Amino acid sequence: MSEPLRGVIVSHAALAQALVSAVRAIAGVDGALTPVSNDGCDSGALSARIAEAIGPGPAVLFVDLPGGSCLTSAVRLAKGRAEIAVVTGVNLAMLLDFVFHRDVSPEQAARRAADAGGKAIRVPAA
Amino acid sequence: MSIALYRVDDRLIHGQVVVGWGQPLDAAFIVLVDDEVRGNDWEQDLYRMGVPPHIDVVFASVSEAIRLLAQWEAEPRIGIVLTGDIDTMDALAAGTGRVHHVNIGGVHHRAGRSERLRYVYLTDAEAARLRGLAARGVEVTAQDVPTARAVPVGEFA
Repeated sequence: MSEPLRGVIVSHAALAQALVSAVRAIAGVDGALTPVSNDGCDSGALSARIAEAIGPGPAVLFVDLPGGSCLTSAVRLAKGRAEIAVVTGVNLAMLLDFVFHRDVSPEQAARRAADAGGKAIRVPAA
Repeated sequence: MSIALYRVDDRLIHGQVVVGWGQPLDAAFIVLVDDEVRGNDWEQDLYRMGVPPHIDVVFASVSEAIRLLAQWEAEPRIGIVLTGDIDTMDALAAGTGRVHHVNIGGVHHRAGRSERLRYVYLTDAEAARLRGLAARGVEVTAQDVPTARAVPVGEFA
């Protein structure tokens, strides 16, 4: 039996923890997501935190911004490893979709998450 | 002078540099002085991903930076010069005599370093290096973002 696909949220400050709490409150799903903050980290220390959160894998790394220390550390860890995928611009909508669709490859899950997250960004008529 | 910020930050190009400082300074280019990144195209692409297209990114070795600093300072556009460690900034200052202000933006915990500020950890040798820079007339302050207080070197090194 292979390891279940897990999500690791990599963010500035306490955003990742807040997103995990929000997913738990809305979906009632626990244990699928692990938060990692870059607080107080250089790139080496942040990579170590992310690697610990990934564990044996497979995993999707949800990064807050499409650049910066969170992304560079995540992409370095994922380089050349099919069992790890990275998606940027994490939002609550993509995480809620992800926790219910973890029976696919990391690459497929990352693409699905990016699609779900993008569709959630709208300007509704007031 | 078009170089508005000489910063030491071990996270290199990241949010505080691009957004926190880049926006208020209206920076048009960032020079990353780092021998390792200079020699690695993949790493350069990675760092470029975090920078909006209207900001140019230049990757330079220490020797290239010493040779080209006067040219960057003559640019009509505003720029930021960034190093990942104190030794590199010290070498740039010593090699050019053109660095008059150094911003310590992020030097994080590692074995042998002790906490001086929330975002500044230094070995005794690094602290001495900063005091040496100050003794040579360089204004050294720690300040992670522009809205924070600039902490004089005497308070943390």
